[in-house]
Amino acid sequence: MSGFISARGRRLTPKRMLAVLAICVLVFAIVCFIAPLFGVAYDRSGRHFELLGPSAFTTDGEAHTILWVRIPRVLAAMVVGGALAGAGCALQALLRNPLADPFTLGISSGSSLAAVVAIRLGIEGALGDNGVGIAALVGAMGTLLLVSRLAQIGKQLPPATLVLAGVTVSMWCSAASVLIQYTSDFSEVSHMLRWMMGSLDSIRLDPVRYISPWILAGLVVLCAYGRELNALAAGPEAAASVGVSVARTQLVVFGLASLLVGAAIALAGPIGFIGLIVPHTLRALLGPDHRVLLPASILGGAILLVVCDTIARTIVAPAQLPTGAVTAVLGGPLFVAILIRQKQRAAMWGR
Amino acid sequence: MAWLELSDVTVALGGRDVISGVSCQVEAGQLVVIVGPNGAGKTTLLRAIAGLVTPRAGTARVMGLDPAAAARRRIARDLAYLPQHYDLAFPFIVEEVVLLGRYASQRGLGLATDADVEAARAAMRACDVEALATRRFDELSGGEARRVIIAQALCQGAKCLLLDEPTAGLDPAHARSVFAMLRAQCDAGSAAVIVTHDLDLALRYGGAMWLVANGRLASTGAPSRVLVDPATRDAFGLPIHVGALPNGEPFAVPT
Repeated sequence: MSGFISARGRRLTPKRMLAVLAICVLVFAIVCFIAPLFGVAYDRSGRHFELLGPSAFTTDGEAHTILWVRIPRVLAAMVVGGALAGAGCALQALLRNPLADPFTLGISSGSSLAAVVAIRLGIEGALGDNGVGIAALVGAMGTLLLVSRLAQIGKQLPPATLVLAGVTVSMWCSAASVLIQYTSDFSEVSHMLRWMMGSLDSIRLDPVRYISPWILAGLVVLCAYGRELNALAAGPEAAASVGVSVARTQLVVFGLASLLVGAAIALAGPIGFIGLIVPHTLRALLGPDHRVLLPASILGGAILLVVCDTIARTIVAPAQLPTGAVTAVLGGPLFVAILIRQKQRAAMWGR
Repeated sequence: MAWLELSDVTVALGGRDVISGVSCQVEAGQLVVIVGPNGAGKTTLLRAIAGLVTPRAGTARVMGLDPAAAARRRIARDLAYLPQHYDLAFPFIVEEVVLLGRYASQRGLGLATDADVEAARAAMRACDVEALATRRFDELSGGEARRVIIAQALCQGAKCLLLDEPTAGLDPAHARSVFAMLRAQCDAGSAAVIVTHDLDLALRYGGAMWLVANGRLASTGAPSRVLVDPATRDAFGLPIHVGALPNGEPFAVPT
């Protein structure tokens, strides 16, 4: 069959939709409230975990200062996780391909290449602190245009050519990145590698403040395409015959997903796996209806990245782990567990 | 005005003219059956009428609109198209698959209204799949899945139905009841164009028959006449025998 695993869907009623989203929002709110309060403290007895009281949000003092050091990072994890998971979910539906995500489509490699070039050329000096992030965003857009031009047939973006073009461009960009790294000096290479691992440890409030509203707006528009993505599950022609404007849907969803990924990578570097595991996990729990799966994936991605980033900054403190690695290490087994459960069901049907 | 019309249409796929110089019309209340050998261009003809391929030459009209240029949502209100293959990437349940047919008449998030649910129920009843409503689509048998997709096309509420082999994989009783149901729809004022290899059902229920051979309309007219036309024998490489059962009902069988 399709290679997608999914819970049995139910007809989406307003009540069910509200219930699912309410649970997601509740978990999201709790996690995002606690995350900045949680950290590592040092005193005479050594190193231990510490949870600040909620009063730290309002009362001035040491706790308040510490909190405000962590808040940009939690905000960044929220928007980056949401953008990556939302984009992954939309791309999988659009391309009817369970492997579709920012990485298979070349967007991540393209923006990584641009970031590597920017570091090699010392562009941070010229463009200011956010130079690498800006380069990454430009790289993501350039890759998007290249891949969609390569893949386009007529007015449509057929999934098969899109994935093929994406993988090809991705391979090429990765190879080019390696060549540039090979010819760079040691400090540049270490900067490049740190960036390519994907981390939130050096995030500052300003870029988060500028980019977040755009990401949020993009996610809202993406959610409005849930019904079109449902119809596209049967392929472009079947979708067109029930009335979906296929070319426009492909253009808007693919464009938006790429912009979201570009913005997320500009903030945090290429954090992998979220765009794959969050939608797949939630599809296995909630069923395939994108009107609820898309918003749930966005909230789920935000929750997962905030949790993983909190672990990344506390578990080996004062050292830090790359957030992307924590995401993959924790998310992988969770995903495998769901896969095994669904496979047992699928086997009964000879699929 | 004819509801569906092709004027001198030629469609090229992969550089080859799959249908060439086809002109035809479908009026309100008509049930047209398209027959012809594999690869003759039947599906392409149907897709050209639906505007799912753009003709290299000639014009297509659906209720006076160019279906390849007009908004799909507008076309979908007048025309439903059942593809030959329907492969659903996600395991929606039967009821949701049928409700996908309501896309063109819904707004916003498209959460089903009472009217949508009622339309879906009626369509499922007509296709005898009401009992499957909460089953997963990907766990149905081939024939059951086919009937669900026919229900989706009905549920769209369009006046013109284009169906590409709707009865492929159906048992004889269900195949017959699908044709009887489509006949009833046409008698009530709809129009249908059906591609089929079931010559017997085509004879019994078709109002007009088009024989497609080598991308052209080789013979058109009443099914009982087209089936015994020498062009039909040449196209299939088999003569078709049309006779009458003891009770007077006609039947067709290749000999």
